[in-house]
Amino acid sequence: MTPDAALSIGTPARRDPAWLRRLAWAAFALVLLVPALVASEFTPWVLLDPDNLRITQRFLADFFPPKLEPAFLKMVAIETWRTVAIATAGIALALLLAIPLTLLSTSALSISALPGRMDRLPFVFRTAIRWLLIVLRSVPELIWALVFVRVVGLGPTAGVLAIALTYSGMLGKVYGEILESGEQHATASLLRNGASRTQAFFYGLMPQSAAELTSYTVYRWECAIRSSAVLGFVGAGGLGQQMDTSMKMFAGGEVATMLVVFVALVWLADLASAWLRRSLG
Amino acid sequence: MSGTPEPGRHRAAANESYRLPPPMFDARCRACWFIAGLVLLTVASFWSLDLQWAKFLSAESMGRMGRFLAELLDPATDPAFVAKLSKAAIETLAMSAVGTLIALVFGLLLAVPASRTHADDRAFWREPTRLVLNVLRSIPELVWAAMLLISAGLGPLAGTLALGMHTTGVLGRLFAEAIENAPPGPSFALRVQGVPPGRVLLYATLPQVLPQLMSYTLYRWENNIRAAAVLGVVGAGGLGQMLAFHMGLFQMSETSSVLIAMIGLVAMVDLLSYFSRRVMSR
Repeated sequence: MTPDAALSIGTPARRDPAWLRRLAWAAFALVLLVPALVASEFTPWVLLDPDNLRITQRFLADFFPPKLEPAFLKMVAIETWRTVAIATAGIALALLLAIPLTLLSTSALSISALPGRMDRLPFVFRTAIRWLLIVLRSVPELIWALVFVRVVGLGPTAGVLAIALTYSGMLGKVYGEILESGEQHATASLLRNGASRTQAFFYGLMPQSAAELTSYTVYRWECAIRSSAVLGFVGAGGLGQQMDTSMKMFAGGEVATMLVVFVALVWLADLASAWLRRSLG
Repeated sequence: MSGTPEPGRHRAAANESYRLPPPMFDARCRACWFIAGLVLLTVASFWSLDLQWAKFLSAESMGRMGRFLAELLDPATDPAFVAKLSKAAIETLAMSAVGTLIALVFGLLLAVPASRTHADDRAFWREPTRLVLNVLRSIPELVWAAMLLISAGLGPLAGTLALGMHTTGVLGRLFAEAIENAPPGPSFALRVQGVPPGRVLLYATLPQVLPQLMSYTLYRWENNIRAAAVLGVVGAGGLGQMLAFHMGLFQMSETSSVLIAMIGLVAMVDLLSYFSRRVMSR
């Protein structure tokens, strides 16, 4: 007995009832795909062009063995630490910016909203700050880094500033959402009974969202490590900058070592952040 | 953060719910050690980086920053340049779409061996495939692009493939998890009838997880548009390549237009996703 016969109970439709619609969508997708392929110059066969293939082979052959000279390894270790340090310093500065902006923009700490609707002026003020956060967040950190490299020159300063600006927007926006999605009762009671907004924040709002806020910050720190390695490619220091140099010199062995170190770093950050978030509950 | 202490192990208080917090730097106070470690890491970071605040805050660089911003206020708008710009914007969108599509195909192909579909499944390839997916995923798009430039040359192809590589890793892992978490009933029913694994996947598992796979793919596409916009700064096509080109030549008005286009594109994607999410969750 074939499985088809075993499963047929009654007489099901012999043909997919939605076939016309599926066909139409598939055709539509194909029609869209062709111009997309043309626009992105999708010609993967250039990878198999003899010239390109030779270069690729030489670069890849150079990957093994990875470069393991002590002096080089020491440099990689220093740059790896710098990558972590850029991310940490960036996040620290981002927090300095994000926390005040969150406190200014969260509607959970609005006194005028206690009886019902927020007054016009505080509403406009809070919305303006929220827009500022959105703008900070939507400029990619790589662009900030390009701008700051122009202003302060090559080196980690540009990376730290770029991470600080973009991540302050991300953190501020999500902090606001976390604070507003929590239980408002305690905070509102404190405010109604004459507590100041700072008191209401520290005694009402923060205790119940502390774990979630910390866990999001740790997650963002992990993301910042990844992006600080990327920022190096535009000259903002760290592992990325060394990788860029080695790639431009076609030094496959150096690239291989740094890639392995980078993957290990991301993996470790991932583990550390998962462990921290788990222990926060 | 240190959790509710068990009775009798911490300083006892008369009333259960008014227990005192553990003393600072008690061996049990995980939160204290966590914060101490954090402060140490932060201080070490600032200390070791020799950040040039003096240079950043100096009148000279402030002036440079001001001039830079002033120059940005005068974007180039001649029709020929705008045409070039919109071509680059379309190139960026196309890169992100094709890259996501590549990732969808390869992510699905890799997700199947990377998932254990039932308890008796030996899933021999699970760990090796997951390792590959993790490596693909933990190398950022930009690093892939910089490497692929060597074999694919300057242009959008390297960027598209780079997006495809990184996203394959991300989607492959998400897909594998979706497949493993699919309700086991239908596939079990087919398997006990002797249906081979390939058909079980096609007729029982995939139809169940398809909506989830689509939503992951759309989410990654959204991310990829943002990534594709900046990816080009290493020379991998799209708006980013234009930005790097004009910035390198100090053509500030052109740079300004490219920046506006880039931020506009990202903001548009953000808005679209925000509103579509609102419409769909209603």
